[in-house]
Amino acid sequence: MAELTYRQAIAAALAQEMARDERVVLLGEDVASGGVFKTTTGLRERFGPDRVWNTPISEQAIAGAAMGAAMAGLRPVAEIMFSDFYATCWDQVANEIPKVRYMTGGQLSMPLVLRGANGSGGLGFGSQHGQSVENWAMCVPGIKIASPATPAEAFGLLAAAIRDNDPVIVFEHKALYSRKEQCPDDEHVIPLGRAAVVRPGRDCTLVALSITVGICLAAADELATHGIEAEVIDLRTLVPLDAAAVLASVARTSRLVVVEENPGQLGWGASIAAIAAQEAFYDLTAPVIRISGGNVPLPVAASLEAEVDVSVPRVVAGVRALLGQLRQSTG
Amino acid sequence: MTDGLHTPADLYRRMRLIRGFEELALRLVKSGEIVGGIHPYIGEEAVAVGVCAALADHDLITSTHRGHGHVLAKGSDPSRMLAELAGRETGLNRGRGGSMHAADVAVGILGANAIVGAAAPIAVGAAWAAQRSGSGKVVATFFGDGGLNQGVLLEALNLAALWQLPVLFVCENNGYATTMPTATGVAGNAVGRAEAFGIPAVTVDGMDVEVVRDAAVLAADRARRAEGPALIEAMTYRFGPHHTMEFRIRLSYRTQEEIDEWRRRDPLDIQGGRIAAGQRARLDAEIAEILAEAERFALASPRPDPAGALDYLYASGMVARGGVA
Repeated sequence: MAELTYRQAIAAALAQEMARDERVVLLGEDVASGGVFKTTTGLRERFGPDRVWNTPISEQAIAGAAMGAAMAGLRPVAEIMFSDFYATCWDQVANEIPKVRYMTGGQLSMPLVLRGANGSGGLGFGSQHGQSVENWAMCVPGIKIASPATPAEAFGLLAAAIRDNDPVIVFEHKALYSRKEQCPDDEHVIPLGRAAVVRPGRDCTLVALSITVGICLAAADELATHGIEAEVIDLRTLVPLDAAAVLASVARTSRLVVVEENPGQLGWGASIAAIAAQEAFYDLTAPVIRISGGNVPLPVAASLEAEVDVSVPRVVAGVRALLGQLRQSTG
Repeated sequence: MTDGLHTPADLYRRMRLIRGFEELALRLVKSGEIVGGIHPYIGEEAVAVGVCAALADHDLITSTHRGHGHVLAKGSDPSRMLAELAGRETGLNRGRGGSMHAADVAVGILGANAIVGAAAPIAVGAAWAAQRSGSGKVVATFFGDGGLNQGVLLEALNLAALWQLPVLFVCENNGYATTMPTATGVAGNAVGRAEAFGIPAVTVDGMDVEVVRDAAVLAADRARRAEGPALIEAMTYRFGPHHTMEFRIRLSYRTQEEIDEWRRRDPLDIQGGRIAAGQRARLDAEIAEILAEAERFALASPRPDPAGALDYLYASGMVARGGVA
């Protein structure tokens, strides 16, 4: 076991996969110098410039070139530095990469990974460097989506994404990069589409992803002091979605709270809630609650950011209201 | 259809194939066998054939919304191409792609692309892979004068130049971005834009297939010698509409005199004049036979089974049903 930060785990997973398969190549802004979040440290030195391609600030060309390289037999990992920047290469992300395999009748696959820093987490990065945009990607059939909550997940999910023959967006969380954890030493791959019950509980199911996993675990600790045992599910991936894990948990707890960092407007929690409404209706004893980021651009002022970000107090209050302990809107 | 493009007759024959294919496709659009319409390539045949004559079988191309000519020039089977247009399971893309998305990896076609300019970085990425592997492959990426104004093309030119990648940028300047004359839509010109990135560029007569071929040979040879990308601007003209929808909505943006003037320089006649009349007639008859077979094949082919509407999305075989993937 080695103790790794989330950012070190990403670099380690990249190194593991590049050593394992010489078709794996990296490209992106500043990746040669280790990346602005230090998630590619040492890779240029170890694997050389023809496998670690430093690109200019050209997200369309980065995503498009990754796509062309994948068509020609490579397995590119492209860094999109801040996930807000997916908007600048949205044609490639929504219109090109996910459609190639289908449109060509299976002639071409897209074994590529787009990865980068997502989410708010109270860092004050503002509206164009701090959004949580998993919901953008979730609207596009053909993309797989992973979003790790811990260093071990960052390692294992990225390794799985690189080995996958479909395009995968890995939303790393910029507020988690310095989090440390013991990570397995051996080849560590977490299959896409398998959620984890990270805390068992009987009273309520909290469905979380990435940074909201830690938020829900902290909320569950606090809820326990009020006599509420919350079960926390770490989805790990949105596509494939482990709906079975959610439904099985709801069958045990009969209450569902979905906690997502992206804005609530068509956030991924809406899909979870809809699945529960359709498939777990008779297991539920209370309405499904969604706790999400605010439906506004992310403000910078700490007081405002805290208001729109998902937080432990908001989750605690939401669950307590759901269980009848509080009369309170969950927002 | 992997015949070479070596002799003057080969070049004529392939252009004749494209012309005839487009005439047939237009007929099938009118009869309703091809839905969604097409962007006919008639008039521009010399560009696709001239460029592909400079490419080896293993070289790669990307194409555009007006892509039938590129696909046929690179060597796709016209029967399977027509079946694709007609939405048949036997089509190049099993009927999932259609007119604007034909791909044929077996002959080096990475796909037509319906987003203007969007194929350019794809070609750059494929060229990066080619350069890394030392395969000696070059990648030709076609785009129109309209594509000159897409930022993505400039990003791709920059990357290709920085990395001296084996990319042949082919600008088919047919004078109009849909209805907007190039002169009113492009500040500067294609050559100037390439040269701004240090990419050698040339403007050629896009109605003469041998002129296009000669320019493409020079550019492809440079790329094979690892001397980097080049841009060719081929001045051409579409004799027909931007899209077959124009037959119904009657856009008016160019004069009959202008069309007639360009038709006097029909690329088939220019190249046809270089071969004997008897040979030309024989080639025309050969092509007519190939296209008759293509029509028979396409229309006799089955339509895709509706049960397969969600297939081919994921390589893992994952199928999204009931709203969940």
